[in-house]
Amino acid sequence: MNTTGQYTVVRFTPASRIAAAVAIVILIALALAPWWAGRADMRLLSELFLYMALASLWNLLAGYAGLVSVGQQAFVGFGGYCLFAFTMFLGLSPMAAIPVAGLAGALIAVPVAVLIFRLRGAYFAIGTWVIAEVFRLGAAQVSALGGGSGTSLPVSIVRSIADSRAMREATTYWMALGMVVVVLALVCVLLRSRRGVALTAIRDNELASQSLGIDIWRAKFFVYVVTAALTASVGALIFLQKLRISPDAAFSVNDWTAFVIFIVVIGGIGTIEGPIIGTIIFFLLRETLADLGAVYLMILGLVAIVIMLRAPKGIWGFVRERTGLDLFALTRRVVERRPAAGQNTENKENAHEPQAT
Amino acid sequence: MDWVNAIIQGILLGGLYALFAAGLSLIFGVMRLVNIAHGDLIVLAAFLGLTVTTALGINPLLSIVIVAPVMGLIGYALQRLVLNRTLGDDILPPLLVTFGLSVIIQNGLLEIYSADPQKMSAGAIETASVGLPGGLNLGILPLIMFVTAVVIIGALQWVFYRSAWGRAFRATSDNQDIAQLMGLNKSHVFGLAMALSLVVVAVAGIFLGVRTSFDPAAGPGRLIFGFEAVIIGGLGNLWGTLAGGIILGVSQNIGAQINPGWQLLAGHIAFLVILAVRPRGLFPRIDG
Repeated sequence: MNTTGQYTVVRFTPASRIAAAVAIVILIALALAPWWAGRADMRLLSELFLYMALASLWNLLAGYAGLVSVGQQAFVGFGGYCLFAFTMFLGLSPMAAIPVAGLAGALIAVPVAVLIFRLRGAYFAIGTWVIAEVFRLGAAQVSALGGGSGTSLPVSIVRSIADSRAMREATTYWMALGMVVVVLALVCVLLRSRRGVALTAIRDNELASQSLGIDIWRAKFFVYVVTAALTASVGALIFLQKLRISPDAAFSVNDWTAFVIFIVVIGGIGTIEGPIIGTIIFFLLRETLADLGAVYLMILGLVAIVIMLRAPKGIWGFVRERTGLDLFALTRRVVERRPAAGQNTENKENAHEPQAT
Repeated sequence: MDWVNAIIQGILLGGLYALFAAGLSLIFGVMRLVNIAHGDLIVLAAFLGLTVTTALGINPLLSIVIVAPVMGLIGYALQRLVLNRTLGDDILPPLLVTFGLSVIIQNGLLEIYSADPQKMSAGAIETASVGLPGGLNLGILPLIMFVTAVVIIGALQWVFYRSAWGRAFRATSDNQDIAQLMGLNKSHVFGLAMALSLVVVAVAGIFLGVRTSFDPAAGPGRLIFGFEAVIIGGLGNLWGTLAGGIILGVSQNIGAQINPGWQLLAGHIAFLVILAVRPRGLFPRIDG
């Protein structure tokens, strides 16, 4: 056997295979929720899915591409307003309006990115916030969509989703579930692709990856636009569930950015598992502490600060450091094949340090 | 004449924006830290001023004597206890920690003072004005605020470039390790810089509270104005920041003159135009 054959790169591990199987079972159970869950539970689950999607997208942006944005509410609100504009003025069905809102989000993200990519680091963060403010103030000027006080989705459009209320609720639930699956799948595919390797390299060391020939501006630009498109689609779906939109709700920094950042930081930034775990913890906390109102938000802020100072990789980073566990098959591991004559070829995992996580 | 008036009022307003920005600019210059909670600290100072004013029954402008040292102490403690631990090559920790701080301050103020807008009254001086030729009137209070802003920025400039503190700031900013070798305690230097930043924030907060009404959610807006003034003026240049504040104030007032709904939008658009045409600001001094 030649020497090059002794090592192979694998991505699937037993843990990630089990995780994939469990995920499929959970997914099927969730897809059947309209038959076993109550209306309030379904609303809560839909909201959870949409937050999970937003958190995964913010994590892709900040955790992988190093673009720390505090202005993603710009795209959530933009997507929401697109849904209202496309269905009310262009006569699109709500289902069709969601991907079209994503497309519009991508188109608007191009000039935005060209402009704010001139700002670096923390100033980039505040620049994204300015953009969101411009969007909010701009939306308040559109009198056809209710100006500053906002508008509701006309009943005829709501009816066009499905005839019965139960069917409408099931449909929007499935759309939310579908959205988080699509977002997670796209993030996985992106990170496993050539671009994803480049992004991971940028995350780990920008200077070194540049010297290896990665065009950092283009890689970041690509992620920014893709994230904007998906965030706008999620935003459209959020306001399809709310059925009412106003500039302050659509471009709320607390709802669409602060919570999302806390979710990612608590769960573990720069990992796919982090936003998923973070969302579940966030909703558990919210359901138990929401009565506290402002104090609840202070607790959330405090938890995020403590995690950032004590365990900056979040809960999942903490787990992974101790167990080496990967639930998504993203990490490339070099595995040595030991061909002992006549014996079975045994794969020795982790014979070497994982090369890229 | 309305237009001339709008521009003059905008210039005076720009002084206040420059005060919002000066503290932000200072700590960025010293330790490359961008404090997302900056606007909320301004609002915190305004509320502290309100409490001091009502408790002691004094003029809000006098309450600066108490609020400024308190804010300075808060700044020093905050930097030594929390923010120093976040500094490093990674920009994420300081950003997210100050973001968490911003949420804590906002909701803390909401819990204590409720969401009702508040305002501090400075008495007769609020309505006093001097007449200018052409029927224009210049408010005494905005004028005092503008002059104070110019004096504070001049003083910061002097501290930064002419004093022993300033030497320590600049040395630590240039190279933290070598500054340490030369006997400077970088944690202490950063603490002092944040203290100084929050003393300026105290003045800005009191002025804000006297000039307009404020509520616990007003912070992010002030942060954005300060940030825009810094970027328009150019990073690390305090006089540039003053110019940036004035440009922002004038744009907002011109926007409001055209259509009241365009006031804030016009300021943001002026910022974006300058970012598009001169990405490093009008008078840049250091690299971001």
